[in-house]
Amino acid sequence: MESATTQTTGSAREARGRRGGRYRLAFATLAVLVAAVVVVPLIVQLDQQLVDLRAAGLPPSPAHPFGTDEVGRDVLVRSIYGLRVSLLIGLVAAVAGVTVGGLVGLVAGAVGGIADRLLMRVVDGFNSLPHLLFGIFIVALFAPSATAVVVSVAVTHWTTAARIVRSEVLSLRGRPFVDAAISGGSSRFRIVVRHFLPNLAPQLLLATVLMVPHAIWHETALSFLGLGLPAHLASLGNMINDGQRSLLAGDWWSSLFPGLLILVPTLAVSGVAQYVRDRANPRWRSELVL
Amino acid sequence: MTWARIVAWRLAFAVPLLLAVTFGMFALAKASPFDPVRQYLGERAMVTSPEILAEIRANWGLDEPLIQQYVTWLGNLLTGDLGESRSLRLPVAQVIGERLGWTLLVVACALGVMLAAGLVLGTLAAWRRDSWVDRLITGTAFTNEAAPVFWVGLLAIWVFSVTLGWLPAGGLTDAASATVTLPDLARHLVLPVAVLAFSQSSWLLLFVRESVIGVLREDFVTGARARGLRERTVLVRHALRSALLPFITIMGARVPELVTGAILVESVFSWPGVAGTTIKAALAVDFPLLAALTLLATVAVVVGNLVADLAYTVADPRVRVLGVS
Repeated sequence: MESATTQTTGSAREARGRRGGRYRLAFATLAVLVAAVVVVPLIVQLDQQLVDLRAAGLPPSPAHPFGTDEVGRDVLVRSIYGLRVSLLIGLVAAVAGVTVGGLVGLVAGAVGGIADRLLMRVVDGFNSLPHLLFGIFIVALFAPSATAVVVSVAVTHWTTAARIVRSEVLSLRGRPFVDAAISGGSSRFRIVVRHFLPNLAPQLLLATVLMVPHAIWHETALSFLGLGLPAHLASLGNMINDGQRSLLAGDWWSSLFPGLLILVPTLAVSGVAQYVRDRANPRWRSELVL
Repeated sequence: MTWARIVAWRLAFAVPLLLAVTFGMFALAKASPFDPVRQYLGERAMVTSPEILAEIRANWGLDEPLIQQYVTWLGNLLTGDLGESRSLRLPVAQVIGERLGWTLLVVACALGVMLAAGLVLGTLAAWRRDSWVDRLITGTAFTNEAAPVFWVGLLAIWVFSVTLGWLPAGGLTDAASATVTLPDLARHLVLPVAVLAFSQSSWLLLFVRESVIGVLREDFVTGARARGLRERTVLVRHALRSALLPFITIMGARVPELVTGAILVESVFSWPGVAGTTIKAALAVDFPLLAALTLLATVAVVVGNLVADLAYTVADPRVRVLGVS
C-alpha cells in the first residue's frame, strides 16, 4: 500500500513536471516569434520588388538560413514578414469574431426565451456551413483583400464564442450575487455590465487566443488558393503558393519553412491555452494528474 | 416510428437552413462590386457595344430586384435547371455531374482509410497509455491537427513524387494517356486519399483514445478482465464498442471539415472533382456554378447529420426502443 501511494505521487509529479516543461516551451516559442515579428522588420527592410536572379533557388546556408526563393528573395526574412501579416490579420479577425459572438451569446443568455432559441438556431445554421467554402464565397464576390479575409473569418467563426458566452451567462444568472443585484434594484444593463462582463473576461480572452490560429489557418488557406491577400505581398499562404513551382523542381525550402511558421505558432498557442485552462480550473487539473 | 420522427425533425431544420443559405448567397452577389457581365466577357467587354451588354444583363436578369432573381433561380432549381456556368460555358448540372463522382471516390476512400487508422491507432494509444507508443501517436496527431492540409499535401508531393519518384504528383491520369485505366487511376489516387485521410484522422484518433481510456475505467471492463477474458476481447468487444457511440454523432458533425479538406486536397493534387472546381469558379467569379456548389456542400452537411442520427438509432438500442435521444 505504502509503495503504491509513493508510486502514484511520483508519477503525478513527473506528469506535472512534463506538462510544466511543455508550457514553458510554448510560452518561450511564442515570445521568440512575437519578438522576431516586432524586431526583424526594424533591422531588415523587405524590399518587395528585390529580385536577385544570381541568388535564385539557393538551398539553406549560413547567409540564407531558410534558403532563397525562385527569384532570389531570402525566405527567412519574407517568412517573418509573412508571419507578421498573418498574426495581425489573425488577431484582428479573432477580436472581431469574439466581439460579434460574445454579443450574440450575451443577448441570448441574458434575454432568454424566444430570442435565445432563435439566436441558437442561427448559430447551428452557421455551424453547418463548411467555413472555408463560405470564406471563398465572400472573398470571391468582394475583391481579395485583407479586409475581405478578416470579414470572412469573423463571419464564419463567431459561433464558438457565442456558445461559450451563452452557457457562461446562463450559469451566472443563477448565482446568489446576481439575485442580490436584482433584488437591490439593478437594471438589466447594469447587471450585464457590472456583473456579467467581468466574470466573462477570462473566457473571452481564452476564446480570442484560441481563435487566432484558426484565423491564421483561414488566411493562409485562402491566400494559398489565390483568393486571399494580393499575390505580391509576403504572406505565409502566398509564399507556400509560390513555393509550389520550385517544389516540383526539388527546392523544398521555399515551401517547408513558411509552413513551419504556421505550424509552430499554432502549437504554441494551444500550449498556452491549455496552461490558461489548467490555471483557471484547478479541480480539472487535479483530476488530470489522477 | 423513431426514424420517421428523426427525419422529420432534421428536415424541419434543413429546409429553412437551405433557404437561408441560398438567399444569403444571392444577397451577397447583389452587394458584390463585380460586374458579372464584364467578368464574363473579359477583354471583349471593351469592344462590345453597350446595347449587347444591356441585352446580356437583361438575359441574366441582373437588374431585377433581389427577390425576383432568387425566386426565378429557386424555381429553375426545383425543375432541375441549375443555370449555365459562365466560366466553363457549360450547363452547371453537366459540370457537377462529370466531376461529382471523382470527389466521392476520393472522399469515400479517405474515409475508409481514416476510420481504420483512427480506430486502430486510437485504441492502441489508449491501451498503452503513457508509453512511448502513446506519446508518439498522440504527439503526431496533435502536430498534424496544427498543420495546414495543403502544406502536408505539398510535402507529400515533395517526398513521394519529386524525391522518391514513386507516385505521380497530381491529376487523374498520366498526361500522355487519353483514357482512364484502373491501375493508372489507382496510382494517382494514393496521395490525395492518403493526405486527406491523414489530415482528418487526428481528431478521430484523439477522440477514440480519450473515449477508450474512459471506458477502460468502467466496472464492466474490470468485470470482463476478472472473468479471465482475453485482453483483445476486452479491448475490442467491450471497451472499443461502447467507446464508439458518441463518435457516430461527432462523425456527422465533421462533414464541414471533410468538405474543406476535399477542397484543399483537390486543388493541391489538381484532382478533377467538384471541390477543386469551387476554386476555379471562385477565381472566375462564376456565380451560377459557385452557388450550385455551395448548395451542394450544405446539402452534404445536412445529409451527414441525418445519416449520423439514423446510424445512432441502429447502434444504440436504448434510443431505438425507449425513444431517448
